[in-house]
Amino acid sequence: MGALDISFFNADLVSKFLWNGFVFSIQLTLVAMAGGILIGTLLALMRLSGRAWLALPAAAYVNTMRSVPLVMVILWFFLLIPFVTGRPLGAEWSAIITFTLFEAAYYSEIMRAGIQSVSRGQVHAGNALGLSYAQTMRLIILPQAFRNMLPVLLTQTIILFQDTSLVYAIGAYDLLKGFETAGKNFNRPVEAYLLAAAVYFVICYSLSSVVKQLQAKIAIVR
Amino acid sequence: MAMIEMKNVSKWYGSFQVLKDCSTRVDKGEVVVVCGPSGSGKSTLIKCVNALEPFQQGEVVIDGISVGAPGTDLPKLRARVGMVFQHFELFPHLSIMENLTLGQIRVLRRSEEEARDKGVKLLERVGLKEQAQKFPGQLSGGQQQRVAIARALAMDPLCMLFDEPTSALDPEMINEVLDVMVELALEGMTMMCVSHEMGFARKVAKRVIFMDQGEIVEDAPKEDFFGKPRSERAQQFLSKILHH
Repeated sequence: MGALDISFFNADLVSKFLWNGFVFSIQLTLVAMAGGILIGTLLALMRLSGRAWLALPAAAYVNTMRSVPLVMVILWFFLLIPFVTGRPLGAEWSAIITFTLFEAAYYSEIMRAGIQSVSRGQVHAGNALGLSYAQTMRLIILPQAFRNMLPVLLTQTIILFQDTSLVYAIGAYDLLKGFETAGKNFNRPVEAYLLAAAVYFVICYSLSSVVKQLQAKIAIVR
Repeated sequence: MAMIEMKNVSKWYGSFQVLKDCSTRVDKGEVVVVCGPSGSGKSTLIKCVNALEPFQQGEVVIDGISVGAPGTDLPKLRARVGMVFQHFELFPHLSIMENLTLGQIRVLRRSEEEARDKGVKLLERVGLKEQAQKFPGQLSGGQQQRVAIARALAMDPLCMLFDEPTSALDPEMINEVLDVMVELALEGMTMMCVSHEMGFARKVAKRVIFMDQGEIVEDAPKEDFFGKPRSERAQQFLSKILHH
Protein backbone atom coordinates (compact mmCIF):
# COMPACT_ATOMS: atom_id res chain seq x y z
CA MET A 1 0.00 0.00 0.00
CA GLY A 2 1.47 3.30 -1.10
CA ALA A 3 1.45 6.43 1.05
CA LEU A 4 -1.33 8.97 0.58
CA ASP A 5 -0.29 12.02 -1.43
CA ILE A 6 -2.60 14.98 -1.72
CA SER A 7 0.00 17.36 -3.14
CA PHE A 8 -1.92 17.45 -6.42
CA PHE A 9 -4.71 19.31 -4.62
CA ASN A 10 -4.14 23.03 -5.34
CA ALA A 11 -5.92 26.14 -6.60
CA ASP A 12 -5.28 25.17 -10.19
CA LEU A 13 -7.00 21.84 -9.69
CA VAL A 14 -9.93 23.48 -7.98
CA SER A 15 -10.52 25.88 -10.86
CA LYS A 16 -9.86 23.26 -13.55
CA PHE A 17 -11.79 20.28 -12.24
CA LEU A 18 -13.88 21.13 -9.20
CA TRP A 19 -15.38 24.60 -9.51
CA ASN A 20 -17.82 23.85 -12.33
CA GLY A 21 -18.96 20.67 -10.65
CA PHE A 22 -19.41 22.48 -7.34
CA VAL A 23 -21.44 25.24 -9.00
CA PHE A 24 -23.68 22.69 -10.69
CA SER A 25 -24.26 20.75 -7.45
CA ILE A 26 -25.25 23.97 -5.69
CA GLN A 27 -27.45 25.08 -8.58
CA LEU A 28 -29.15 21.73 -8.70
CA THR A 29 -29.73 21.82 -4.94
CA LEU A 30 -31.13 25.36 -4.92
CA VAL A 31 -33.39 24.95 -7.95
CA ALA A 32 -34.71 21.58 -6.77
CA MET A 33 -35.28 23.04 -3.30
CA ALA A 34 -37.20 26.10 -4.54
CA GLY A 35 -39.17 24.17 -7.16
CA GLY A 36 -39.67 21.22 -4.82
CA ILE A 37 -41.06 23.38 -2.01
CA LEU A 38 -43.35 25.21 -4.44
CA ILE A 39 -44.74 22.07 -6.08
CA GLY A 40 -44.68 20.25 -2.74
CA THR A 41 -46.81 22.98 -1.16
CA LEU A 42 -49.33 22.70 -3.99
CA LEU A 43 -49.40 18.91 -3.56
CA ALA A 44 -49.90 19.34 0.19
CA LEU A 45 -52.79 21.77 -0.38
CA MET A 46 -54.35 19.31 -2.83
CA ARG A 47 -54.11 16.50 -0.29
CA LEU A 48 -55.64 18.64 2.44
CA SER A 49 -58.37 20.10 0.23
CA GLY A 50 -60.91 17.47 1.23
CA ARG A 51 -61.79 16.96 -2.44
CA ALA A 52 -61.12 13.46 -3.69
CA TRP A 53 -60.38 14.50 -7.28
CA LEU A 54 -57.54 16.70 -5.98
CA ALA A 55 -56.40 14.65 -3.01
CA LEU A 56 -56.16 11.25 -4.67
CA PRO A 57 -53.87 12.15 -7.59
CA ALA A 58 -51.62 14.13 -5.24
CA ALA A 59 -51.43 11.23 -2.79
CA ALA A 60 -50.72 8.79 -5.61
CA TYR A 61 -47.91 11.00 -6.92
CA VAL A 62 -46.29 11.47 -3.50
CA ASN A 63 -46.52 7.81 -2.56
CA THR A 64 -45.11 6.66 -5.88
CA MET A 65 -42.14 9.02 -5.74
CA ARG A 66 -41.40 8.07 -2.16
CA SER A 67 -41.47 4.38 -2.98
CA VAL A 68 -38.93 4.25 -5.81
CA PRO A 69 -35.15 4.82 -5.72
CA LEU A 70 -34.02 8.26 -6.85
CA VAL A 71 -31.29 6.93 -9.11
CA MET A 72 -33.89 4.91 -10.97
CA VAL A 73 -36.07 7.98 -11.53
CA ILE A 74 -33.01 9.91 -12.76
CA LEU A 75 -32.19 7.22 -15.32
CA TRP A 76 -35.79 6.65 -16.26
CA PHE A 77 -36.48 10.34 -16.93
CA PHE A 78 -33.19 10.74 -18.80
CA LEU A 79 -34.12 7.88 -21.14
CA LEU A 80 -37.80 8.70 -21.37
CA ILE A 81 -37.42 12.25 -22.68
CA PRO A 82 -35.68 11.40 -25.97
CA PHE A 83 -38.14 8.56 -26.38
CA VAL A 84 -41.11 10.94 -26.09
CA THR A 85 -39.81 14.14 -27.70
CA GLY A 86 -37.38 12.60 -30.15
CA ARG A 87 -34.33 14.49 -28.91
CA PRO A 88 -32.29 14.35 -25.71
CA LEU A 89 -32.59 17.07 -23.07
CA GLY A 90 -29.01 16.99 -21.81
CA ALA A 91 -27.90 15.52 -18.51
CA GLU A 92 -27.94 18.80 -16.56
CA TRP A 93 -31.48 19.84 -17.47
CA SER A 94 -32.69 16.32 -17.08
CA ALA A 95 -31.20 16.22 -13.57
CA ILE A 96 -32.73 19.56 -12.57
CA ILE A 97 -36.24 18.54 -13.65
CA THR A 98 -35.98 15.08 -12.11
CA PHE A 99 -34.72 16.35 -8.76
CA THR A 100 -37.41 19.03 -8.60
CA LEU A 101 -40.19 16.53 -9.28
CA PHE A 102 -38.74 13.91 -6.95
CA GLU A 103 -38.01 16.23 -4.03
CA ALA A 104 -41.48 17.80 -4.36
CA ALA A 105 -42.87 14.55 -2.93
CA TYR A 106 -40.71 14.81 0.19
CA TYR A 107 -41.21 18.56 0.67
CA SER A 108 -44.94 17.98 0.22
CA GLU A 109 -45.07 15.69 3.25
CA ILE A 110 -43.16 18.26 5.30
CA MET A 111 -45.46 21.09 4.24
CA ARG A 112 -48.51 18.93 4.92
CA ALA A 113 -47.32 18.37 8.49
CA GLY A 114 -46.56 22.10 8.73
CA ILE A 115 -50.03 23.15 7.60
CA GLN A 116 -51.60 20.72 10.05
CA SER A 117 -49.43 22.14 12.83
CA VAL A 118 -51.27 25.47 12.55
CA SER A 119 -54.43 25.42 14.66
CA ARG A 120 -57.87 25.30 13.09
CA GLY A 121 -58.67 28.51 14.95
CA GLN A 122 -56.25 30.42 12.73
CA VAL A 123 -58.26 29.37 9.67
CA HIS A 124 -61.42 30.49 11.44
CA ALA A 125 -59.86 33.83 12.35
CA GLY A 126 -58.81 34.44 8.74
CA ASN A 127 -62.22 33.44 7.41
CA ALA A 128 -64.02 35.53 10.01
CA LEU A 129 -62.16 38.62 8.75
CA GLY A 130 -63.55 37.91 5.28
CA LEU A 131 -60.36 36.52 3.77
CA SER A 132 -60.93 34.00 0.98
CA TYR A 133 -59.57 30.44 1.20
CA ALA A 134 -56.58 31.39 -0.96
CA GLN A 135 -55.85 34.53 1.09
CA THR A 136 -56.15 32.66 4.38
CA MET A 137 -53.69 30.06 3.14
CA ARG A 138 -51.22 32.51 1.61
CA LEU A 139 -51.28 35.18 4.31
CA ILE A 140 -52.02 33.24 7.50
CA ILE A 141 -51.46 29.50 7.33
CA LEU A 142 -48.54 28.95 4.95
CA PRO A 143 -46.21 31.55 6.52
CA GLN A 144 -46.70 29.87 9.90
CA ALA A 145 -46.41 26.37 8.45
CA PHE A 146 -43.22 27.35 6.67
CA ARG A 147 -41.73 28.88 9.81
CA ASN A 148 -42.63 25.87 11.95
CA MET A 149 -41.11 23.50 9.41
CA LEU A 150 -38.00 25.49 8.48
CA PRO A 151 -35.54 23.19 10.29
CA VAL A 152 -37.07 20.10 8.69
CA LEU A 153 -37.12 21.72 5.25
CA LEU A 154 -33.42 22.57 5.60
CA THR A 155 -32.58 19.07 6.79
CA GLN A 156 -34.30 17.70 3.70
CA THR A 157 -32.23 20.14 1.61
CA ILE A 158 -29.01 18.78 3.12
CA ILE A 159 -30.10 15.28 2.10
CA LEU A 160 -30.92 16.67 -1.33
CA PHE A 161 -27.42 18.12 -1.62
CA GLN A 162 -25.90 14.74 -0.80
CA ASP A 163 -28.20 13.05 -3.30
CA THR A 164 -27.08 15.32 -6.14
CA SER A 165 -24.03 13.02 -6.40
CA LEU A 166 -26.39 10.45 -7.95
CA VAL A 167 -26.32 12.35 -11.25
CA TYR A 168 -23.20 10.31 -11.99
CA ALA A 169 -25.71 7.80 -13.38
CA ILE A 170 -26.44 10.03 -16.37
CA GLY A 171 -22.98 11.54 -16.66
CA ALA A 172 -23.73 15.07 -15.45
CA TYR A 173 -20.68 16.96 -14.18
CA ASP A 174 -21.21 17.64 -10.46
CA LEU A 175 -18.88 18.08 -7.49
CA LEU A 176 -18.23 14.36 -7.03
CA LYS A 177 -17.62 13.90 -10.74
CA GLY A 178 -15.08 16.75 -10.52
CA PHE A 179 -13.15 14.91 -7.82
CA GLU A 180 -13.39 11.68 -9.75
CA THR A 181 -12.03 13.28 -12.93
CA ALA A 182 -9.21 14.96 -11.03
CA GLY A 183 -8.34 11.67 -9.33
CA LYS A 184 -8.14 9.90 -12.68
CA ASN A 185 -6.01 12.67 -14.20
CA PHE A 186 -3.40 12.54 -11.45
CA ASN A 187 -3.81 8.83 -10.95
CA ARG A 188 -4.75 9.46 -7.29
CA PRO A 189 -8.37 8.16 -7.07
CA VAL A 190 -8.20 7.19 -3.37
CA GLU A 191 -7.01 10.62 -2.29
CA ALA A 192 -9.54 12.32 -4.56
CA TYR A 193 -12.46 10.43 -3.04
CA LEU A 194 -11.15 11.11 0.49
CA LEU A 195 -11.00 14.82 -0.27
CA ALA A 196 -14.46 14.67 -1.79
CA ALA A 197 -15.77 13.09 1.41
CA ALA A 198 -14.12 15.83 3.45
CA VAL A 199 -15.71 18.58 1.34
CA TYR A 200 -19.19 17.01 1.51
CA PHE A 201 -18.75 16.56 5.26
CA VAL A 202 -17.76 20.17 5.88
CA ILE A 203 -20.66 21.55 3.83
CA CYS A 204 -23.32 19.26 5.29
CA TYR A 205 -22.06 19.46 8.86
CA SER A 206 -22.01 23.26 8.88
CA LEU A 207 -25.51 23.36 7.43
CA SER A 208 -26.69 20.96 10.13
CA SER A 209 -25.25 23.27 12.79
CA VAL A 210 -27.20 26.15 11.27
CA VAL A 211 -30.36 24.04 11.46
CA LYS A 212 -29.69 23.28 15.13
CA GLN A 213 -29.35 26.96 15.96
CA LEU A 214 -32.51 27.74 14.00
CA GLN A 215 -34.42 25.10 15.91
CA ALA A 216 -33.42 26.64 19.22
CA LYS A 217 -34.44 30.08 17.98
CA ILE A 218 -37.85 28.95 16.76
CA ALA A 219 -38.43 27.10 20.02
CA ILE A 220 -38.08 30.44 21.84
CA VAL A 221 -40.42 32.34 19.53
CA ARG A 222 -43.19 29.78 19.98
CA MET B 1 -85.28 44.85 12.97
CA ALA B 2 -83.44 41.56 13.16
CA MET B 3 -79.69 41.76 12.62
CA ILE B 4 -79.15 38.05 13.18
CA GLU B 5 -81.95 35.57 12.72
CA MET B 6 -81.59 31.81 13.18
CA LYS B 7 -84.42 29.61 12.01
CA ASN B 8 -84.58 25.92 12.97
CA VAL B 9 -80.81 25.38 12.67
CA SER B 10 -79.73 21.75 13.05
CA LYS B 11 -76.27 20.29 12.76
CA TRP B 12 -74.84 16.80 12.95
CA TYR B 13 -71.33 15.43 13.41
CA GLY B 14 -71.83 12.11 11.67
CA SER B 15 -74.88 10.65 13.37
CA PHE B 16 -74.48 12.80 16.51
CA GLN B 17 -76.75 15.82 16.53
CA VAL B 18 -74.97 18.82 18.09
CA LEU B 19 -77.66 21.42 17.35
CA LYS B 20 -81.35 20.62 17.52
CA ASP B 21 -83.76 22.93 15.77
CA CYS B 22 -82.31 26.16 17.20
CA SER B 23 -84.20 29.39 16.53
CA THR B 24 -83.49 32.83 17.91
CA ARG B 25 -82.88 36.38 16.84
CA VAL B 26 -80.73 39.33 17.80
CA ASP B 27 -82.16 42.72 16.94
CA LYS B 28 -80.12 45.73 15.96
CA GLY B 29 -78.46 47.24 19.02
CA GLU B 30 -79.31 44.27 21.20
CA VAL B 31 -76.91 42.31 23.39
CA VAL B 32 -77.73 38.64 23.81
CA VAL B 33 -75.74 36.32 26.06
CA VAL B 34 -75.67 32.59 25.36
CA CYS B 35 -74.83 30.32 28.28
CA GLY B 36 -75.04 26.66 29.16
CA PRO B 37 -72.93 23.74 30.36
CA SER B 38 -69.89 22.73 28.36
CA GLY B 39 -70.76 20.55 25.41
CA SER B 40 -74.19 22.12 25.12
CA GLY B 41 -73.46 23.41 21.62
CA LYS B 42 -73.22 27.14 22.33
CA SER B 43 -69.84 27.60 20.61
CA THR B 44 -71.08 25.60 17.64
CA LEU B 45 -74.22 27.73 17.52
CA ILE B 46 -72.33 31.02 17.38
CA LYS B 47 -69.95 29.65 14.73
CA CYS B 48 -72.95 28.79 12.59
CA VAL B 49 -73.91 32.47 12.53
CA ASN B 50 -71.06 33.32 10.13
CA ALA B 51 -70.85 29.77 8.76
CA LEU B 52 -67.45 28.97 10.23
CA GLU B 53 -69.25 25.76 11.08
CA PRO B 54 -71.51 24.44 8.34
CA PHE B 55 -75.02 23.37 9.33
CA GLN B 56 -77.23 20.87 7.54
CA GLN B 57 -80.70 22.23 8.21
CA GLY B 58 -82.33 25.57 8.84
CA GLU B 59 -81.41 29.11 7.92
CA VAL B 60 -79.27 31.94 9.29
CA VAL B 61 -79.99 35.44 8.05
CA ILE B 62 -77.67 38.36 8.76
CA ASP B 63 -78.93 41.83 7.90
CA GLY B 64 -81.32 40.33 5.36
CA ILE B 65 -78.76 38.03 3.70
CA SER B 66 -79.02 34.27 4.07
CA VAL B 67 -75.70 32.77 5.17
CA GLY B 68 -76.23 29.29 3.76
CA ALA B 69 -77.87 30.25 0.44
CA PRO B 70 -75.95 29.10 -2.65
CA GLY B 71 -75.33 32.54 -4.15
CA THR B 72 -74.12 34.25 -0.96
CA ASP B 73 -70.65 35.80 -1.05
CA LEU B 74 -69.55 34.37 2.30
CA PRO B 75 -66.23 36.24 2.63
CA LYS B 76 -68.02 39.52 1.99
CA LEU B 77 -70.69 38.73 4.55
CA ARG B 78 -68.17 37.53 7.15
CA ALA B 79 -66.18 40.74 6.73
CA ARG B 80 -69.19 42.59 8.17
CA VAL B 81 -69.52 40.28 11.18
CA GLY B 82 -66.82 40.76 13.83
CA MET B 83 -65.74 37.68 15.71
CA VAL B 84 -63.73 37.23 18.89
CA PHE B 85 -62.47 33.76 19.83
CA GLN B 86 -61.82 31.97 23.09
CA HIS B 87 -58.12 31.59 22.28
CA PHE B 88 -57.73 35.07 20.72
CA GLU B 89 -56.39 33.70 17.42
CA LEU B 90 -54.24 36.70 16.68
CA PHE B 91 -51.85 35.96 13.84
CA PRO B 92 -48.57 35.20 15.65
CA HIS B 93 -46.32 35.92 12.66
CA LEU B 94 -47.65 39.47 12.26
CA SER B 95 -47.18 42.51 14.48
CA ILE B 96 -50.13 43.90 16.42
CA MET B 97 -50.54 46.67 13.85
CA GLU B 98 -50.39 44.20 10.95
CA ASN B 99 -53.03 42.10 12.70
CA LEU B 100 -55.29 45.16 12.70
CA THR B 101 -54.61 46.25 9.12
CA LEU B 102 -54.57 42.90 7.28
CA GLY B 103 -58.33 42.55 6.86
CA GLN B 104 -58.84 46.25 6.17
CA ILE B 105 -56.28 46.22 3.35
CA ARG B 106 -56.95 42.79 1.84
CA VAL B 107 -60.71 42.60 2.25
CA LEU B 108 -62.01 46.17 2.49
CA ARG B 109 -59.32 47.46 0.09
CA ARG B 110 -58.45 50.38 2.32
CA SER B 111 -55.14 52.12 1.75
CA GLU B 112 -52.30 51.23 4.09
CA GLU B 113 -52.40 54.70 5.62
CA GLU B 114 -56.13 54.65 6.21
CA ALA B 115 -55.88 51.18 7.76
CA ARG B 116 -53.07 52.29 10.07
CA ASP B 117 -54.99 55.38 11.21
CA LYS B 118 -57.95 53.20 12.05
CA GLY B 119 -55.65 50.71 13.78
CA VAL B 120 -54.05 53.38 15.94
CA LYS B 121 -57.45 54.75 16.95
CA LEU B 122 -58.73 51.33 17.95
CA LEU B 123 -55.58 50.42 19.85
CA GLU B 124 -55.92 53.69 21.73
CA ARG B 125 -59.49 52.80 22.51
CA VAL B 126 -58.58 49.42 24.02
CA GLY B 127 -55.63 51.04 25.81
CA LEU B 128 -52.82 49.37 23.89
CA LYS B 129 -51.42 52.08 21.64
CA GLU B 130 -47.89 51.48 22.91
CA GLN B 131 -47.95 47.83 21.81
CA ALA B 132 -48.49 48.41 18.07
CA GLN B 133 -45.07 47.19 16.99
CA LYS B 134 -44.96 44.15 19.26
CA PHE B 135 -45.95 40.61 18.33
CA PRO B 136 -48.90 38.76 19.89
CA GLY B 137 -46.61 36.40 21.81
CA GLN B 138 -45.18 39.37 23.72
CA LEU B 139 -48.57 40.40 25.14
CA SER B 140 -50.55 39.02 28.08
CA GLY B 141 -53.75 37.09 27.45
CA GLY B 142 -55.94 40.03 28.38
CA GLN B 143 -54.00 42.34 26.10
CA GLN B 144 -54.21 39.85 23.25
CA GLN B 145 -57.95 39.56 23.62
CA ARG B 146 -58.33 43.34 23.59
CA VAL B 147 -56.28 43.44 20.38
CA ALA B 148 -58.56 40.73 18.96
CA ILE B 149 -61.59 42.92 19.73
CA ALA B 150 -59.88 45.88 18.07
CA ARG B 151 -59.07 43.72 15.04
CA ALA B 152 -62.72 42.80 14.66
CA LEU B 153 -63.84 46.42 15.13
CA ALA B 154 -61.38 47.60 12.47
CA MET B 155 -63.68 46.05 9.87
CA ASP B 156 -66.57 48.33 10.95
CA PRO B 157 -68.79 45.32 11.64
CA LEU B 158 -72.59 45.34 11.67
CA CYS B 159 -72.55 43.09 14.70
CA MET B 160 -70.07 41.25 16.91
CA LEU B 161 -69.88 37.60 17.90
CA PHE B 162 -67.98 36.62 21.05
CA ASP B 163 -67.14 32.97 21.64
CA GLU B 164 -66.24 32.63 25.34
CA PRO B 165 -63.93 35.64 25.18
CA THR B 166 -62.83 35.45 28.81
CA SER B 167 -62.75 31.74 29.58
CA ALA B 168 -59.10 31.27 28.57
CA LEU B 169 -57.94 34.24 30.64
CA ASP B 170 -56.33 34.39 34.06
CA PRO B 171 -58.86 35.79 36.55
CA GLU B 172 -57.07 39.12 36.99
CA MET B 173 -57.35 39.79 33.26
CA ILE B 174 -61.04 39.10 32.80
CA ASN B 175 -62.22 42.54 33.77
CA GLU B 176 -60.03 44.48 31.35
CA VAL B 177 -61.69 42.55 28.52
CA LEU B 178 -65.20 42.79 29.97
CA ASP B 179 -64.77 46.55 30.39
CA VAL B 180 -64.14 46.91 26.66
CA MET B 181 -67.17 44.73 25.92
CA VAL B 182 -69.44 46.70 28.25
CA GLU B 183 -68.33 49.93 26.61
CA LEU B 184 -69.15 48.47 23.20
CA ALA B 185 -72.56 47.33 24.38
CA LEU B 186 -73.37 50.74 25.83
CA GLU B 187 -72.48 52.33 22.50
CA GLY B 188 -75.21 50.28 20.89
CA MET B 189 -73.21 47.54 19.16
CA THR B 190 -75.26 44.48 18.28
CA MET B 191 -73.63 41.61 20.17
CA MET B 192 -74.09 37.88 20.56
CA CYS B 193 -71.86 36.56 23.34
CA VAL B 194 -71.25 33.03 24.45
CA SER B 195 -70.18 33.66 28.02
CA HIS B 196 -70.48 32.49 31.60
CA GLU B 197 -69.88 35.98 32.91
CA MET B 198 -73.26 36.48 34.54
CA GLY B 199 -72.17 39.86 35.91
CA PHE B 200 -71.64 41.00 32.34
CA ALA B 201 -75.01 39.55 31.31
CA ARG B 202 -76.76 41.33 34.19
CA LYS B 203 -75.14 44.60 33.28
CA VAL B 204 -75.69 44.83 29.54
CA ALA B 205 -77.65 41.88 28.13
CA LYS B 206 -81.17 42.32 26.93
CA ARG B 207 -81.85 38.62 26.66
CA VAL B 208 -80.19 35.46 27.89
CA ILE B 209 -80.26 32.20 25.98
CA PHE B 210 -79.68 28.98 27.89
CA MET B 211 -78.58 25.92 25.93
CA ASP B 212 -78.31 22.29 26.95
CA GLN B 213 -77.59 19.22 24.84
CA GLY B 214 -77.80 21.12 21.58
CA GLU B 215 -81.14 22.73 22.32
CA ILE B 216 -82.13 26.25 23.16
CA VAL B 217 -83.90 25.51 26.42
CA GLU B 218 -84.58 29.06 27.45
CA ASP B 219 -84.58 32.34 25.56
CA ALA B 220 -85.81 35.01 27.92
CA PRO B 221 -85.39 38.68 28.81
CA LYS B 222 -82.59 39.11 31.31
CA GLU B 223 -84.92 40.00 34.20
CA ASP B 224 -86.96 36.84 33.70
CA PHE B 225 -83.92 34.63 33.31
CA PHE B 226 -82.22 35.77 36.48
CA GLY B 227 -85.51 36.18 38.34
CA LYS B 228 -87.26 32.91 37.68
CA PRO B 229 -85.90 30.62 34.97
CA ARG B 230 -88.71 28.37 33.86
CA SER B 231 -86.70 25.24 33.14
CA GLU B 232 -85.19 23.09 35.84
CA ARG B 233 -81.98 22.67 33.83
CA ALA B 234 -81.41 26.41 33.71
CA GLN B 235 -82.06 26.68 37.46
CA GLN B 236 -79.54 23.96 38.16
CA PHE B 237 -76.99 25.57 35.89
CA LEU B 238 -77.43 28.98 37.50
CA SER B 239 -77.16 27.58 41.00
CA LYS B 240 -73.91 25.89 40.02
CA ILE B 241 -72.19 28.94 38.55
CA LEU B 242 -73.57 31.61 40.85
CA HIS B 243 -72.93 30.12 44.28
CA HIS B 244 -69.29 29.50 44.94
